[in-house]
Amino acid sequence: MNAAVLQSSPDTVVSQKIEVRSLNFYYGGFHALKNINLAIPERKVTAFIGPSGCGKSTLLRTFNRMYALYPNQEARGEILLDGENVLSPGQDLNRLRAKVGMVFQKPTPFPMSIYDNIAFGVRLYESLSARETDERIEWALRKAALWEEVKDKLKQGGTSLSGGQQQRLCIARGIAVKPDVLLLDEPCSALDPISTGRIEELVHELKSDYTIVIVTHNMQQAARVSDYTAYMYLGEMVEFGVTDEVFIKPKKKETEDYITGRFG
Amino acid sequence: MSLYTRRLLVNRVNLLVSLLAMVFGLFWLGWILLTLFEAGFTALTPDLFLRTTPPPGSTGGLLNAIAGSLFMAVAGTLLGTPIGIMAGIYLAEFGRRGWLAPVTRFINDILLSAPSIVVGLFIYQAYVVHVRHFSAWAGIMALALIVIPVVIRTTENMLRLVPDSLREAAAALGAPQWKVISLVTVRAAKAGIITGILLAVARISGETAPLLFTALNNQFWSLNMNAPMANLPVVIFQFAMSPYENWQHLAWAGALLITLSVLALNILARVFFRNKTPVY
Repeated sequence: MNAAVLQSSPDTVVSQKIEVRSLNFYYGGFHALKNINLAIPERKVTAFIGPSGCGKSTLLRTFNRMYALYPNQEARGEILLDGENVLSPGQDLNRLRAKVGMVFQKPTPFPMSIYDNIAFGVRLYESLSARETDERIEWALRKAALWEEVKDKLKQGGTSLSGGQQQRLCIARGIAVKPDVLLLDEPCSALDPISTGRIEELVHELKSDYTIVIVTHNMQQAARVSDYTAYMYLGEMVEFGVTDEVFIKPKKKETEDYITGRFG
Repeated sequence: MSLYTRRLLVNRVNLLVSLLAMVFGLFWLGWILLTLFEAGFTALTPDLFLRTTPPPGSTGGLLNAIAGSLFMAVAGTLLGTPIGIMAGIYLAEFGRRGWLAPVTRFINDILLSAPSIVVGLFIYQAYVVHVRHFSAWAGIMALALIVIPVVIRTTENMLRLVPDSLREAAAALGAPQWKVISLVTVRAAKAGIITGILLAVARISGETAPLLFTALNNQFWSLNMNAPMANLPVVIFQFAMSPYENWQHLAWAGALLITLSVLALNILARVFFRNKTPVY
């Protein structure tokens, strides 16, 4: 599959950031992911699409082992991040999560000021001076296209912002710790079209620095923002390839049916 | 009769019945407050707060009982609250796996509904009998034992109201669990936890039974922790049962005082909870 990725983009050298090898995932007795194999290219946007319950979010949540917060959830197989298996029992989960950031479906501002929302993550692994922290926070807010709107009210509570602003705050919080990978789990599903547009622009801009994986229900969005697309159905990876190819001439009939709206 | 008019009628009947039920409940509450005011209001003089409990037939106030009650309620809360909050955090944040949390929760539920006289008797047997005298310490212990299960329950419930997405968001930044809890979830549940503490204070400020076997009572001003200490509920109990009219008056005044402070605490708790609860 990786070979296919490399072939279809001969103009650029694509190296893989995450490699998933025969991954199976279980919610108790329920077999949610079935033998997934996938290579996610570095500094590109990869979209996971598919109907509800197909396992897109579940797959995303294995990359930073978010599932490990809950009992009875288990992943088997290998997920190599820069060649290192994140599923190995010795993996330091906090270090992993500092490296693999995540933004969720619903905005989740912490019950603290806008400033502290971003400083929270930064202070976990770096000891910056007050000035450096200020600079980092401004940098992250500018990256997330939120700086102009909040620069005069950094001391206000994060929950006082609108939904779209809150989500951009969460993205700023995620990039402020400078992770390698950014996982976006339906980041726009609770937002209006204008906020969605801003976040899509943001994703486009961020991919020069980060490897981005986005789960989305919105096929136009996948087509707009992603370089690669994976179509999943019932816990299986049906098709994975360059976005244009997946959308214009999919190799599998199921993918075509889903994309054209005949199913799903 | 059309479907619409029937629904309208059923709605009206239901509304009326609920209204009557509410009026019935409030009627007794109103009557209790009225009686207390009627009997106790005249005794609400500066003397009540400035003089100690008098011997039968002479004048005095409730200073020693008010001070003792305040002191023991505050100390009991200070002793019981940290234990309750820590245990509540354990149940809500760590109690998802294993058998310890369900067992603890079950025992806590029993403690929560245990009659307070049982708590009093327990401290009597476990402490008072050994030191051979009633004391403020014993009273504080008994009150703390009542505070703990209330605070455990509210802390756990309030932490459970914090959505998992918030915990995930903090964990996703690489925060270790203790930081997720102390900096994010407890902060998000702060208003609810404080409300629980206020309700626990309201609960213990009116308890008589646990103090009857522990702090007992004291006719005089005393701040000795190892001696019996005066307190409003036991004074009310003793004075109300007495044949002396001035004592009975003071008992009414004390009852009014407790009721008003409990009412104030409840209102405070409500206001606090309403203003500070973030909406997710």
